[in-house]
Amino acid sequence: MKNFIPFLKNKNPEDQSKIFVPSRRDFLKISSLATGGFLLGVNFQCAGPKGEPITFAPNVYISLSSDNEVILVAHRSEMGTGIRTSLPMIMADELGADWKKVKIIQAEGDEDKYGNQNTDGSFSVRMFYEPMRKAGATARQMLINAAANKWGVDPSECTTENSQVLLNGSSKKVDFGGLVEALQTMELPDPATIKLKELSEYKFIGTDVPIYDAKAIVSGQATFGADVDLPNMQIAVIARSPVVGAKILSYDDAAALAIPGVSQVIKIEGAGIPPGLDKPLEGLAVLASNTWAAKKGREALVIEWDLGPNQSYSSAAQLQEMAKSTLKNGKVSRERGNFNSAKSSATKVLDRTYLAPYYAHATMEPPAVIADYRGDGSVEIWAPTQHPQWARGAVAGALGLELPKVKVNVTLLGGGFGRKSKPDFVVEAALLSKAAKAPVRVQWTREDDIHHDFYHSHSAQRIVATLDSSKKLTGWNHHTVFPAIGATGNAAELHPSSGELELGCRDFPYDVPNIRIETHESAAHTRIGWLRSVSNIHHAFAIHTMMDEIAEARGLDPVENALDLFGEDKNLTFEGELEGDFGNYGEKLEDFPWNTGRMKKVIQDVAAKSNWKAHKDAGKAVGFAAHKSFLTYVACVVIVEKDANGQLSIPEVHYSVDCGVGVNTDRIKSQFEGGAQFATSLAMTSAITFENGQVVQNNFDSYQIIRMPQSPKKIHVHILPSTEKPTGVGEPPVPPYIPALANAVYKLTGKRIYELPFKV
Amino acid sequence: MEEYSITVNGKKLDVQALPDMPLLWVLRDLLSMKGTKFGCGQALCGACTVHLDGQAVRSCSLPISEVGDGKITTIEGLSEKGDHPLQEAWVEHIVPQCGYCQGGQIMTAAALLATNPKPSEEEIERAMEGNLCRCGTYNRIKEAIQTASRNL
Repeated sequence: MKNFIPFLKNKNPEDQSKIFVPSRRDFLKISSLATGGFLLGVNFQCAGPKGEPITFAPNVYISLSSDNEVILVAHRSEMGTGIRTSLPMIMADELGADWKKVKIIQAEGDEDKYGNQNTDGSFSVRMFYEPMRKAGATARQMLINAAANKWGVDPSECTTENSQVLLNGSSKKVDFGGLVEALQTMELPDPATIKLKELSEYKFIGTDVPIYDAKAIVSGQATFGADVDLPNMQIAVIARSPVVGAKILSYDDAAALAIPGVSQVIKIEGAGIPPGLDKPLEGLAVLASNTWAAKKGREALVIEWDLGPNQSYSSAAQLQEMAKSTLKNGKVSRERGNFNSAKSSATKVLDRTYLAPYYAHATMEPPAVIADYRGDGSVEIWAPTQHPQWARGAVAGALGLELPKVKVNVTLLGGGFGRKSKPDFVVEAALLSKAAKAPVRVQWTREDDIHHDFYHSHSAQRIVATLDSSKKLTGWNHHTVFPAIGATGNAAELHPSSGELELGCRDFPYDVPNIRIETHESAAHTRIGWLRSVSNIHHAFAIHTMMDEIAEARGLDPVENALDLFGEDKNLTFEGELEGDFGNYGEKLEDFPWNTGRMKKVIQDVAAKSNWKAHKDAGKAVGFAAHKSFLTYVACVVIVEKDANGQLSIPEVHYSVDCGVGVNTDRIKSQFEGGAQFATSLAMTSAITFENGQVVQNNFDSYQIIRMPQSPKKIHVHILPSTEKPTGVGEPPVPPYIPALANAVYKLTGKRIYELPFKV
Repeated sequence: MEEYSITVNGKKLDVQALPDMPLLWVLRDLLSMKGTKFGCGQALCGACTVHLDGQAVRSCSLPISEVGDGKITTIEGLSEKGDHPLQEAWVEHIVPQCGYCQGGQIMTAAALLATNPKPSEEEIERAMEGNLCRCGTYNRIKEAIQTASRNL
């Protein structure tokens, strides 16, 4: 069960990567990438799970052209994290390429060719740092060998720089392009002879490298999901089941078909209950020559629905029941010591309940996708997808096609945050293109996006913390209850999975002698998915606002309290305490230990950099929280004040982060800057609620995200220097921010925050 | 369907559309100009911002029948080579994350600087309030506008 969540992949290609020169046949298959050039592949999966050899399959490429261009393939999806720049940049750095001469090409979705492309779980850099370095270093060695041959010198006398090979101590140099011919007949060097650069030798890694697409974006030339035009393309706008599980009983499409531009109306059969993570909802699609006609056509449809069992669902009522359930004994997921005895001998017991709502992703680009089903039984897709391989498989399944018949091109994503992992919208377009015998763009409206998302689950939590007479924290009992992601595919899943619990709950890291983590049942009545940092959102909110109360009860400063509760520097293992194994985000603890010393360092750093102890300005208040997620250590300080109108403002935020080697430091900073903004919306403005099984909010008027005037003003990101393995930064900024903000608001107002979103 | 002749980025273009079709879809679907983005359809997010006679307008809520003789400028036509001071400042500050809202952000900012070349921080915030960014690039947007303002 542990790894049913698609973003928690165990696959670690680092051990399996192998570098090769593709055969002539493979070279020709992809020759559009490198006409007449040289190509280098990296095979991430040269062995199957049991070590058996699998079919030869090239994947990530470096190619060099004779006109001195370096072409690098980006195989992960760009949704704003900068990964389309950061991974190729690693290869280019090892290679010694001139970044200005690098061209980046986006890979289509193909697991055999490119290995794992599931851009999720903040693991792109973590997973591909080593393979990218090896690929770049191998190409460098080959270029050096070729040049050394040509000059009759030893390869050790040569280096690369700015897309040239240089002979040390002389003025001899040759462009990469001038060596391409020689490379074509060259043998691969022995992998054992490939030497990776030292950190100090890198020119790009550890610096601020601008994103590759910046110019295209600011001039309106970048291609997103809806931006591909095909001849005779029809635009589809779909009336989807207003309640998950609803079925169409009958419909009248006469008025829709009468609208100029509307060509046809096509029914899409939905999965019903459970709705599934990769299936469309039941719906009626209006196809037209333009989006406006399709939208008007949809408004003119008359549909009689059987709303099904979710039609009486109220999220408010369920949340109350969930909160009530935490008063009983639940299913124990972690047990250390004996919480009950800690409680019976406690001199102080803090017993608090925390509520958090459903959230929608609300990517600025609502789902939009193009499918072209052709007469030969193949289909080509252009999609803003985080997971092109899942999309490919889902389309093949829905259309009954063999995988090779489905081609998924990945456009830029106008935001992802987990929404665009799910291929439901891609399947819609493929089904409609087949039925309409024409290329189809499916265009979701904002209302569609708000009404039919895979929501971050609402949650109720109860934490009981016990202190003894010496103000020592002796017991921690955390009840968490929320409809599970797994329930979207299997309605019988009533408890969160261990994977979800290890997103900030049962991996509770503090040195407390008695710990019990419990879950309770709750059923899903909508589609549950994952949103940037997933269950860490609500878990970190509850845990770290409680930590602030504990610090207060202990008479300690919150920073001192946290440092004290981490105790001695050590590696945590959770051994013997968990039901099942510790997942560690799919990585072995030997490779990525949970080290309390690293956590304490980011806490000390943020306290120093934010001048934590000195904040005594009138009208201002500071809050603190520290939370490790996705293997990245983060501490956060938020400063709040009330303006002249009594409105809360957030003048300053400090983050200290240990993500191992910082690859593209500008994109690390930008993820934290954006993460603070994203988390401010979760904390203060956004909530999805259901009445009669239907989402109450419609658009950005009722599902609000923060705007520039309300946003945190100065966001300082302090990246700790590190030589440890790099870890991701897409999600880790979100979890600690919300409790840090809530703790600051408490200091300012004297009122504790127990429910999201909160108003001041 | 009606015939309309509109001026986009200095070019006169003829289109056939229903009178209530928003300019956004005229640009995107009928003229295949994809730089202007759809975000909400209700003038709540600003992703679709273009200029109508120099004023920032939300093209998702402007019916084609109301465009008349107005001169429309889109992100593709803001500058000839993508070198408007704002576009250059946007690159310098590496503002975009996903990039989807940025065309609309730049168009709103360009209209602001055209009438108020030296806006205060508060004036920038007020002018940009209608443009949402889910990635959270607000601070860099502000810095880029301030840089462009200095370079005008």
